[in-house]
Amino acid sequence: MDTTAIIGTKNKKGQVITDPRVMMNDAPRTPSFFTGSEVIKEAVKRANVDIMVAYPITPQSEAAALCGELFAEGYIGDYFRGESEFAVMSQCAGAAFGGARVFTTTAGPGTMRAMENFPMWAGSRLPIQCIVTCRGINSPLSIQPDTIEIAYLMNTGMLVWHAETAQDFYDWILKGYMVSEEPDVHLPLALCCDGFFVTHTKDVVGLTPAEMCLPPYDPYRSPVPCMDMECPPVRMMRDPFVMKSNYISYATHASWQQEVWAAAERSRKHTIAWLDGLIDVEDGDADILIISSGTAVSQGREAMRLLADEGVRVGLVKIKTLRPWPEEELREATKHASHIIVPEFNVIGWMAKEIKATIPNSERVVAGPRVCGGMTLPPEVIVEEVKKAIGMRSGVLAGRGG
Amino acid sequence: MSLDYVKFTPGFDTFMPKEYRDMVEHGPFGKKATVSQMGSFKEILEEHPMCAGCAMTLFIRLAIVAFPNPEDTITVGTAGCGRLAISQAAIPFVYGNYGDQNGVASGLSRGLRIRFGDQPKDVVVMAGDGGTADIGFQQVLHSWFRKERFTTIMLDNEVYGNTGGQESGMTTRGAVLKMAPLGKKFEKMDMVSMAKIAGCAYIATVVPNNPRRVESCIKKAVLIAREVGPTYIQAYTSCNIEYAIPTDKVMEDAKTVEDDRYKFTEYVSEDAKAYLADRYGYKEFIQKPVAALTKV
Repeated sequence: MDTTAIIGTKNKKGQVITDPRVMMNDAPRTPSFFTGSEVIKEAVKRANVDIMVAYPITPQSEAAALCGELFAEGYIGDYFRGESEFAVMSQCAGAAFGGARVFTTTAGPGTMRAMENFPMWAGSRLPIQCIVTCRGINSPLSIQPDTIEIAYLMNTGMLVWHAETAQDFYDWILKGYMVSEEPDVHLPLALCCDGFFVTHTKDVVGLTPAEMCLPPYDPYRSPVPCMDMECPPVRMMRDPFVMKSNYISYATHASWQQEVWAAAERSRKHTIAWLDGLIDVEDGDADILIISSGTAVSQGREAMRLLADEGVRVGLVKIKTLRPWPEEELREATKHASHIIVPEFNVIGWMAKEIKATIPNSERVVAGPRVCGGMTLPPEVIVEEVKKAIGMRSGVLAGRGG
Repeated sequence: MSLDYVKFTPGFDTFMPKEYRDMVEHGPFGKKATVSQMGSFKEILEEHPMCAGCAMTLFIRLAIVAFPNPEDTITVGTAGCGRLAISQAAIPFVYGNYGDQNGVASGLSRGLRIRFGDQPKDVVVMAGDGGTADIGFQQVLHSWFRKERFTTIMLDNEVYGNTGGQESGMTTRGAVLKMAPLGKKFEKMDMVSMAKIAGCAYIATVVPNNPRRVESCIKKAVLIAREVGPTYIQAYTSCNIEYAIPTDKVMEDAKTVEDDRYKFTEYVSEDAKAYLADRYGYKEFIQKPVAALTKV
């Protein structure tokens, strides 16, 4: 299918199929006051999604239900509730094998329950988009924001992006399809946000016109033929090499894994073009940098302001994509920094570990402050960490004794 | 259109390997081949890595010959012996994760309907008893409850054959197997009754000894699944290795088991009967005119 030929035509719902760059960069934006869950609905409404499979788990339940309304209104081709997250992801895989543009959502323990599917999606080169509204996964139970599940997702072969705001969320859902459906990429995307902080708070979001939509997914741009009998026969397990020779099995599996990760690397150029870089830098020549992703960036930005009031100049780096990981960008952004503070919403500090593994002189990295289990991360805590790192005397935080 | 994929690309026909040439020139695509003609055409599944005397392979070959439109069919499977053969067939095969074949088939069936509308694109799940009744049980039952329009075939060898002979939910009570060192403690699962409760429009139990019966069941199941609802076939496909059945006694065993606990049963819903009669002219389901209540 020639995508340019259908620009300007209408889809079944009557939306005008619009050049994605015109839609995202040039179309007028209407400021709207929405929760993150509502923003997901608004983005999916314009994404020309064929199939959405839903399952409830807090805090993503509302978004999944709102997409059901889109189905009832005719914006989504098919929509149904699966019987578990593992089943939902399997159903999404089947739909994508059939050549459909697929969307789903999950959170926390649901993400873990679905985990077997994510490397299978990547290995099968299925460009499914899965929203991950992060929450705690450990025992004892917590439904509150905690980003530890991202640490698991980062090694599945999927693209992983981490939205800070509802505006990021809206834009990146639409841009995500454009990147992940590129023939040289063709990988699933885990688009993460910090549950509740983004999904259940309202924000002003600039929306593109509802009468515009993305071009439909073209399965014939897939680097592996889709399962539609129109192409040469494809057998996902053609010649069961496992039974024939372990050596063939090793070689096949190993080379394909490398290809999947190479595809994730090839997404870099498309992602940079769509997201205007893998990172954003504010006041990057400061001696002290705060680096993080998701809403920890917002807290870092506020800490930056508080420190400026005290005469301490701090820069900020917002990491937008975790896979592909912005190695070169981080080396460049941190080359003059003497202290790098990495605030995170998880107990293990996966972000700090990734940064330490990326840049020279990693003793500059302060792996914290970290909160977990759904605790908030007050900017004052980040301020404390910065002051401690540079040997500056600081007051004791209220309510902490001392 | 879908037959194009078994045609030669112009200019390349002389370079095609013999297996491919045979498939294009003598395969059943676009024809109405039957099991009674086996041996006279190139089968969609010939070579496979299964054990000598494997009843499961015989059944799979029969089933694939029986597909009404093999050129418009995708099979879906999971871990187990069956997929080693099914993946060798000259039709697309999808392998997802452990036990998720009915979930994948649900999405696949829906995706194909969106893309191709009413043009029939058949989806057939073939998985073992472990994949269907144990690890995949939830997804199997829910696909039936949701009335997903595809066929589920259980290749029931009453054991985990591929992993070396462990007890499954479909093993008969008392059987001593790995992980059941004192014999299985509970009854073989009644998947047929569950299929009925869950609303399958067609259900059959078969053994591979009667090829025409297998063919008939598969054809009906696939046709009904296109428009009426989910269909289920449970086939006894013994594991001669794990149950120590001599190769030359495999069919004898199947006959014994058929007489004992695997009698042929067939359930066809009223909707399915009417559909088969109206759409495909199945005479046995054409309603006979009501006889005059009174005769003079």
